[in-house]
Amino acid sequence: MSKLTIDQIEHIAKLSKLELSNEEKELYTGQLSSVLDYVGELQEIDTDNVEPTANVTGLFNVWRDDMIEKSDISHDDIAKNAPEFKDGNFVVPGVFE
Amino acid sequence: MELYSLTIKEVSEKLKAGEITSVDLTESVFARIDEVEPKVGAYITLCKEKALEMAKASDERRKEGKIFSLIDGIPIAVKDLFLTKGVKTTAGSKILEDFVPINESTVTQKLWDAGAVLIGKTNLDQFAMGSSTETSAYNTSKEFDSTTRNAWDLDRVPGGSSGGSASAVAADECIGAVGTDTGGSIRQPAGFCGITGLKPTYGRVSRYATIAMASSLDQAGPMTKTVEDSAILLNIISGHDKYDSTSSEKEIPDYFGQLKSDIKGKKIGIPEEFFGEGLDPEVDKIVRSAIAKLKELRAEIVPISMPMVKHALAVYYIIMPAEVSSNLARYDGIRYGLSTIKKGKGETLEQVYEKSRAEGFGAEAKRRIMLGSYVLSAGYYDAYYKKALKVRTLVKKEFDEAFKKVDLIVTPTSPTVAFKFGEKSDPLKMYMSDIMTVPVNPAGVPAISIPAGFIEEDGKKLPVGMQIIGPAWGEQEILNAGYAFQTATKYHLEKPNI
Repeated sequence: MSKLTIDQIEHIAKLSKLELSNEEKELYTGQLSSVLDYVGELQEIDTDNVEPTANVTGLFNVWRDDMIEKSDISHDDIAKNAPEFKDGNFVVPGVFE
Repeated sequence: MELYSLTIKEVSEKLKAGEITSVDLTESVFARIDEVEPKVGAYITLCKEKALEMAKASDERRKEGKIFSLIDGIPIAVKDLFLTKGVKTTAGSKILEDFVPINESTVTQKLWDAGAVLIGKTNLDQFAMGSSTETSAYNTSKEFDSTTRNAWDLDRVPGGSSGGSASAVAADECIGAVGTDTGGSIRQPAGFCGITGLKPTYGRVSRYATIAMASSLDQAGPMTKTVEDSAILLNIISGHDKYDSTSSEKEIPDYFGQLKSDIKGKKIGIPEEFFGEGLDPEVDKIVRSAIAKLKELRAEIVPISMPMVKHALAVYYIIMPAEVSSNLARYDGIRYGLSTIKKGKGETLEQVYEKSRAEGFGAEAKRRIMLGSYVLSAGYYDAYYKKALKVRTLVKKEFDEAFKKVDLIVTPTSPTVAFKFGEKSDPLKMYMSDIMTVPVNPAGVPAISIPAGFIEEDGKKLPVGMQIIGPAWGEQEILNAGYAFQTATKYHLEKPNI
């Protein structure tokens, strides 16, 4: 397995929506490379004709009736934990120019 | 004997007999907390006022002969990963420093519906990511200005991620506790702290409103002083929940009522792979003598081989971060949690996300999010994520095959006893400490860690845990085996000198 580059770490950070300092970039490049190197051992295992397992329950598409239920959570409750909340809405910076 | 040092079963009998009240019991626990908590630092939040109210209400119910359950009036500690309505819930992270939930997790709701008393919220590795509680953003141990300490040796970690719950139980700062386990987070700290910790079968306990780490692996369970108490709490928290579609509709046996200490003729598999390189020789010796004890109790010991389990840790370190990167996407600095939005002078939406998350998440959370983003990203998905899902199939198959031959599997819980603070600063080294607990989660099977003996180091007694693994829905079997062991031994009764 090859070592991650700073460019790759910057790309992954972008995908992860994380701002990283230069020190963090250096640190994580080394640390993530060694973890990837370790998990690379799986490449040697023969998995031809093996189905992937995403969960072990054996359940598939658990359905329920699409009924509206009364919630005891109000807008005011939600506002309590919101960094900025105005007129029943979360405040976000403008998205369009 | 002080009330705080008793078990759930013992106090339930005293409450029933009218010898004590829930208020007596709750006050005793808080007196103990006053005494040892500055050193141990098990809790992020203590709820004394609320606890005493709950205790009073329980005593009223009891007077009227209307108790809700066996655990009515009994003080329980809750890992700070379960949402508790109106009580701050941090997940051990700065990003949820001021977060006060507006809903209640199903696990804790079931506890309150059973009449339990909330003592407080226990410390944990940030978002349950870690094996030592060192990744918590909260320095709960006031005397040391550090995260939670191990009650047996204050220089050592309690394990993690449910380190606070484990230490609270070990130090008698509660009567019982609940934790969560994604790769060993109940069992490993239980082993390090000399208590009993059970990870149920995936789907046995609802995950609703328990802050998610890796959704296909997470499972909540009891952390208690004895196997009997584990059975009592498992009965309370199990069951289907319409708010968690992966929770099972399978009937809940009366785990406590059916508990029996007879393991005669049970086939116990000992996988050689768990007793090889990396296992501390002293731990090896103690677990082997515990296995000899099981044989003495007339279980049949069967050597088995599980060559695929050694790859389970690699499988875990792909699947878990992949799910983490998805689950932690919700912390956006917009809806709740730490945000830079108010400080922002003309920050764009993208910058609010990136800066809030950079400020709020600790290093371990960042590492796992990035690892997950990487293994799921274009060009790497098949090589890492899909490959890991396939090897997961092989790991699960290996457990299925093993349980065709044996009733139970016994291993050490961890390769070593509790390590010292800062000893495993390299992330990969820290990950390796979970090598014996991790394989259980991708397979979805239940497992319990119980005290198997002690090692003496630096003049301190350090607990060693034994892991008993069962087939899916085999909770009764592993509880019975643990109960048989605890009926024949006294390790679980030993207390640390704090």
